[in-house]
Amino acid sequence: MTRSSRHASSHDTSPPGDGPAAGAAAPPRPETDDKGADAWAPGSPVTGLPDGSGSGGRRSGWWLPLLGIAAAILIFEVLPRIGLVDRRFLPPASEMFGALFRMVLDGSLWEPVLQTLQGWALGLGTALLIALPLGILIGSLFLLFMSTRTIVEFLRPVPSVALIPLAVLVFGAGLESKWFLAAFAATWPILLQTLYGVRDVDPVALETARSFGIRTPERLWRVVLPSASPYILTGVRISSAVALILSVTAELVLGAPGLGQQINIARQSGAVADMYALIIVTGLIGWGLNILLSIAERRLLHWHASQRERNR
Amino acid sequence: MRENSRPIRVLGVGLEIAVPIALLALWALTSAGSTSFYFPPLLDIFRAFGDTWLFERVSTDVLPSLARLFTGYAIAVVAAVVIGVALGSSRTLGRMVDPVVQFLRAVPPPVLIPAGILVLGVGSGMKVALIAFVCFWPVLLNAIDGVASVDPALRETARSFQIPARERLFRVVLPSAAPQIFAGARVSLSLAVIMMVVSEMVASTNGIGYFVLQSQRTYAIAAMWSGIFLLAILGYVLNALFLLVERRVLRWHRGARAGAG
Repeated sequence: MTRSSRHASSHDTSPPGDGPAAGAAAPPRPETDDKGADAWAPGSPVTGLPDGSGSGGRRSGWWLPLLGIAAAILIFEVLPRIGLVDRRFLPPASEMFGALFRMVLDGSLWEPVLQTLQGWALGLGTALLIALPLGILIGSLFLLFMSTRTIVEFLRPVPSVALIPLAVLVFGAGLESKWFLAAFAATWPILLQTLYGVRDVDPVALETARSFGIRTPERLWRVVLPSASPYILTGVRISSAVALILSVTAELVLGAPGLGQQINIARQSGAVADMYALIIVTGLIGWGLNILLSIAERRLLHWHASQRERNR
Repeated sequence: MRENSRPIRVLGVGLEIAVPIALLALWALTSAGSTSFYFPPLLDIFRAFGDTWLFERVSTDVLPSLARLFTGYAIAVVAAVVIGVALGSSRTLGRMVDPVVQFLRAVPPPVLIPAGILVLGVGSGMKVALIAFVCFWPVLLNAIDGVASVDPALRETARSFQIPARERLFRVVLPSAAPQIFAGARVSLSLAVIMMVVSEMVASTNGIGYFVLQSQRTYAIAAMWSGIFLLAILGYVLNALFLLVERRVLRWHRGARAGAG
């Protein structure tokens, strides 16, 4: 407990706050269980009460989330219809979904979706290629860690959108700009999580491996990476959300092809229902990507204490 | 290489200070005679920074930006905590709103700007409203979760001692949920900065985001860089301020955790 909580609190890799009952009977939890990460990248359901309180509540209320969704859609259907909001600005939900359905049918939805996903994938992939080796290197070498610390701590909170003008200047208003911005933004969470994950490796495990004469590459693969993987995967999940945001922002501000650009076009041409349909699509993509990554995380970490706890 | 040996530590701290200075110096030197259009000499950028932001455009661009940022953020945090406490106290309600909150949270915030322009126009009100809307969800999500996962033993104990509901809220529920609420609030803060900058880039006649993009469009490259520097400093300072507040408010929590661990 002490180890991981000390690191979470003194370095602020990602927002601290692994639940109020952190002291109570929890196994050493990495920042995977950090709600800060979940706040960035939603998808894991709000579990509500701790496991074991209340008998069978989870199963008996399975329809509650569905009811919630239905109620929300109903509200958005009724409000414009009874004139509480102007339907020129906020059309009834049925019109939004009608527009969405039409875009799916005539196929016009897929190109911008793929373009946005392309920016996301290139950005996230590039960030991984840069941040993972760099994080392992900086995390393993103390002097390198100290040398880069100030720079990393200063650059990390820089709002990546500030670089939009620079990107358009250097890369123009196309895919390259989107790629650069998404990659820049997505690099930091993975770098920071990897770095602190590697620094948090149990020194005893490391020394044991060393005293058994296990060589550095092997040690990296068998001890360091598995131990840091919960941190790294959390970083990837945060970075995924960030890469999507920057990808869409580049489309919106610079007019790079993709969903963001289509949303702008829909607004300018007065196709209000289309605009909302496309906004819904971006939300679904964000949601879907995060769920996919959560599933991957659970698969990859099935051996880890935090996941075993969860699956109990 | 022992991290905790004294000479290594001293060397480490020395490097921590020296390397950033050396890099800045290197940047200044290598860019000194720069004729590259995109990367002007660092000293030119500093000069532009002094000319622009000290304190020429503080009242015309910086203050409006900050005012929108803080107004929107404050509205969002207060509303999210109040609503989150209400929703988190009811298990049924909490589970009903969960998918909707998750979805709204997953929407990449800047796509809401066109909708904001449509509904509210291009004024400050639109920006404040959008910042508030975007910042609301992470805090709400964490507030619901934090309140719902208050230690049941603690809750029951407070109830059985017949502590009035109001006291229970301020002494038991909110402190328990505070660490998680803060985690959400920190995410929201960075979203607020993103929304501030992007909304000013897309639709504004003042503000830092407007200035930066406008400088690029008029090819005032040193001024553009100075704006990027300012946003970087702003991001850093806001983050530091947030940590300061968080540390103060959650001091008891850290102490409690250190004791337990």
